[in-house]
Amino acid sequence: MAKHLLLKHYRGAPAGVNDVPMDRWTPDEVTAHLRYMDEFADRLRQTGEYVDGQALSPGGAWVRYDGEGRPPVTDGPFAETKDLVAGWMVIDVDSWDRAVELAGELSAAPGAGGKPIHEWLEVRPFLTAPPTVTE
Amino acid sequence: MDEALLRRLVPEVLTVLVRRGAGFAEAEDAVQEGLLDAVRSWPQDPPRDPKAWLVTVSWRRLVDATRAEGARRRREERLEAEPTAGPVPSADDSLRLYFLCAHPALTPSSAVALTLRAVGGLTTRQIAEAYLVPEATVAQRISRAKRTVARAGLGESGDVATVLRVLYLVFNEGYSGDVDLAAEAVRLTRQLASVVDHPEVAGLLALELLHHARRAARTDATGALVPLAEQDRSRWDTTLVAEGVAVLQSALARDRLGPFQAQAAIAALHADAQRAEETDWGQIVEWYDELLRLEDSPVVRLNRAVAVGEADGGPAGLAALAGLDASLPRHSAVAAHLHERCGDPTTAARLYAEAARRAGSARERDHLVRQAARLNSAG
Repeated sequence: MAKHLLLKHYRGAPAGVNDVPMDRWTPDEVTAHLRYMDEFADRLRQTGEYVDGQALSPGGAWVRYDGEGRPPVTDGPFAETKDLVAGWMVIDVDSWDRAVELAGELSAAPGAGGKPIHEWLEVRPFLTAPPTVTE
Repeated sequence: MDEALLRRLVPEVLTVLVRRGAGFAEAEDAVQEGLLDAVRSWPQDPPRDPKAWLVTVSWRRLVDATRAEGARRRREERLEAEPTAGPVPSADDSLRLYFLCAHPALTPSSAVALTLRAVGGLTTRQIAEAYLVPEATVAQRISRAKRTVARAGLGESGDVATVLRVLYLVFNEGYSGDVDLAAEAVRLTRQLASVVDHPEVAGLLALELLHHARRAARTDATGALVPLAEQDRSRWDTTLVAEGVAVLQSALARDRLGPFQAQAAIAALHADAQRAEETDWGQIVEWYDELLRLEDSPVVRLNRAVAVGEADGGPAGLAALAGLDASLPRHSAVAAHLHERCGDPTTAARLYAEAARRAGSARERDHLVRQAARLNSAG
């Protein structure tokens, strides 16, 4: 009944427990990791809790308005930022506890050595329409 | 195509099928198939008796589906025993449908989805739009809910209290998409009140009517939230208010008070005031005390503190607020309001800003930021 955003970061989050860059894994470990993520999304589709999910390319830029009649200013393509979002999943769950439980499961995706990576995921509730009864 | 008629027919047809011995899940699927057939053929060929038509076609769909599953002989025996178009469902039958859809084994979101479809006659797409989730997600929610209900057994279906909780959840969701969930909840609660004589059903209906009556005034032309005290009361729907008050009064006369009746009484006192200054806050505090006796919760205590602040002044309100967990939703918004009443705009502005950061909805956040900005720019 409440939508939450699960955010996965390229960088900016604290290091995971099993923190080995993906390009140092074996191809099978990479495959197992990706399969885990797909199966996780499928499971949420089955439970009726899945809303949306997308992966983001790390290449992007900061853009801002630069005044009337001038093209926007860009900074990049490799933005100077400590934080970089790798992708998101939107879930619609009955409680905050359930959102945390699911983020925990997603964080257990297997990585190097086939062991869970224990990565940090950011969980953020959506702002919604206000409930009808507030006063 | 009369959509309102179709929606009204869904629970009735479903009830007929279940009473003829069909499983709830199979019957629900069959009625959906029947609805599709109706949407396809009624525009060219409107039936003389829409309900009998829908019962017949849905029953045929049910028989087709169960045959296809292979358990042929048993199904055919059932077909033999098929009764002719029967009488309208009795009150108990339609009540049972509400209970099934609010089965205690279901999660709140499943119970809501199942109720909206099986009792409310909404399509999966309409429910998905209303809750801003993919249609496939809602379809899964409904089919899992049906499996859960089938597994848990019909014998232990929910009770009035669980049904009321589900309807109240629907009511509080407001609306998006082409279905107004608050209006839908009012319709379903009204329908429930017509088949069950229960003071708390009336209490919920009264509460919904009284809140619904004020809806047009709750936001301005830009969609921004307008607090109760500043609402243009001429925009309140007086017909709905009158109906809500009448429903509440006859419920209260039964002398079996419950939390919904107490909340409706508070809403009625607000609705009763021609101008905000005429609000009888003393009586509202008394009703909050009654509500606390019935259902002690931090949220009720928080709301009571607001009423005490209005009845006896800011300091009394702050005293009522003392001891409540500051991490409660809306705690800082209430504290901000009370500090402002105490003549401390600096603390109030800080608390409004904090409340804005913790707001659960974008409109509440915008409203609270504006409050903080108002105090900060005045100083």
